[in-house]
Amino acid sequence: MKELNRRDFIKTTTATTAGVATIASGITLTTYAALPKESNPVTNEKRWGMLIDTNKLTESNIDDMVNACQEEHGWGNETHSTGDQQAGWIKKIKVKDKATERISNLALMCQHCEEPPCVDVCPTNASMKREDGIVLVDKHLCIGCRYCMMACPYDARSFVHESLTNQKTHMPRGKGTVEACTMCVHKVDKGEAPACVASVSSDAVIFGDLYDPTSKINQTLKKVQSTQIRADLNLNTGVRYSGI
Amino acid sequence: MSIIRYEQTQGKSLGFYALIAGLGAFILAALAGVYYMEHNGHHVTGMSNRIVWGLPHVFALFLIVAASGALNVASIASVFQKKIYKPLSRLSGLVALALLAGGLMVLVLDLGRPDRLIVAMTEYNFNSIFAWNIILYNGFFAIVAVYLWMMFERRMNKYSRTVGVAAFTWRLILTTGTGSIFGFLVARQAYDAVMMAPMFVIMSFAFGLAFFILILMASYKWTERQLGDAIVNRLSNLLGVFVAAVLYFVAVYHVGNLYLVENSGVENFILVDGGIYTQLFWYGQIILGSLVPLALLYSPATRGNRTMLGLASVLIIVGGLVQLYVIIIGGQAYPMELFPGKEILEGYGGIAAYTPTLAELMLGLGGIAVSLIAVTYLVKFLPFLPESLADDVADPHHKG
Repeated sequence: MKELNRRDFIKTTTATTAGVATIASGITLTTYAALPKESNPVTNEKRWGMLIDTNKLTESNIDDMVNACQEEHGWGNETHSTGDQQAGWIKKIKVKDKATERISNLALMCQHCEEPPCVDVCPTNASMKREDGIVLVDKHLCIGCRYCMMACPYDARSFVHESLTNQKTHMPRGKGTVEACTMCVHKVDKGEAPACVASVSSDAVIFGDLYDPTSKINQTLKKVQSTQIRADLNLNTGVRYSGI
Repeated sequence: MSIIRYEQTQGKSLGFYALIAGLGAFILAALAGVYYMEHNGHHVTGMSNRIVWGLPHVFALFLIVAASGALNVASIASVFQKKIYKPLSRLSGLVALALLAGGLMVLVLDLGRPDRLIVAMTEYNFNSIFAWNIILYNGFFAIVAVYLWMMFERRMNKYSRTVGVAAFTWRLILTTGTGSIFGFLVARQAYDAVMMAPMFVIMSFAFGLAFFILILMASYKWTERQLGDAIVNRLSNLLGVFVAAVLYFVAVYHVGNLYLVENSGVENFILVDGGIYTQLFWYGQIILGSLVPLALLYSPATRGNRTMLGLASVLIIVGGLVQLYVIIIGGQAYPMELFPGKEILEGYGGIAAYTPTLAELMLGLGGIAVSLIAVTYLVKFLPFLPESLADDVADPHHKG
């Protein structure tokens, strides 16, 4: 029997490895190609939005919305972060009109702008807007530069200031990256409403496709007077308010 | 003017090793601070969701701005053909590169995920001024490196003017880009001003020259080489002009902002009742960082005195750091106008609190130490410094 010398050994192993690698990657590619296409691809024919009626929204409604969001995404129980370091994807805001002293309460979160300043400034494309208008952070691309937080006019984004444990599988969060309201994209893609919307039993918060003329949000927005926060910035927000 | 001979520094003295050891200690402290911050997360810093950029950004942007300014001395020689500055060109390029390296180190190590630097280098969003800055910084390294090569290599000397013009143009764009980071943040009253870009350019002139003068005087003193008044006094005058120009821009910026009612709140905050920020602005930036140095540079009693020039340069650097602190931290501390015409009672608003921590300070100082150690080492290995800058050598109009 021919003895195996070192040179032959290296040759054979290299050839085998190369062969296996080629075939294996081919198999992987075909496997991915054979996967069924997404049943509802995300398109720009939809634009998800929300209408919050501050006349109907009670303070306890807002607390419910905040709790539902925390429950759904698992933020707010950071143990080391203090004060302004704590995550705040959605918050309760109380405002008073300077002239009339009328007080309104509202829930403030990412406004899912059509022209999001956070997406403009993000150096790595981690901040992005889906075709259907939902603004998200790709946690794998985020380098934690926090420029998006400088740019956001709504103070809607949070930076993860500490290591986290026991995260939700549908919402991985990472120390050193930026996060914000996702409009519960994981639920919306399954045809469900965002957690905060579902937590309010009245029609004080309406969620739906802004473009669809048969949707409740579209029809309501046609009837009632509504506003965008900092409408002067021309960002065309997906979250609208009436009553303020 | 006789022929300029460049020579490495010896770098064997006790002083040299003491300097390296001292700077090395600062760098080690910075790395320890970075480990502490990155291991625990940013909750151990003074930064928060309201003050997202803290003291490290103050140092980082200061060094980056100063870097482009330090190149001016070379530009004056090659672009504007002022012969007396020519012997300083090599050192000018070196200081520029070193300051930029220090600034970028601080910037990168303060990222939430510095381990993802490769992402920043490979994924570009061309709408982002930050992404443009990454390209501008990398390009600056490349252009200045080529520029230095043109200056060092005798056969290439003839191209140094062309490359010098390119480097000068690039540095103007670079500082414009750095200033623009703050120029287009529409929602923040303190920042939304195109004025930021030219103001940063003129700030870079002053801060960069202050650094350059200190490094020049120190290296000539410590290596016992001659440095004549012809060069030093010129640099001193130039420094004064730059400081005055920064004051002018600061005045126009604030007066212009005051005119706009929507910005009167933040102006009032910085100029009148912003507590620490108001004090830093008036005492730190204006008096200590601008007026006192101007007096030192121009008053007959102190004019031409090297110690006073050194003191003025140090004050300009400290004042520059204070200026960036007021711009960066003060600008974030003041709340955004979420609901014009309404008062926010709950949920947002008020002045955001920020207390810098030791780790942040050490990281910032570490950036300066990296810049200085780079200069100290490189002048030992390559002939950056003329062996003499005595008046009869350096001054083309010297009458012996």
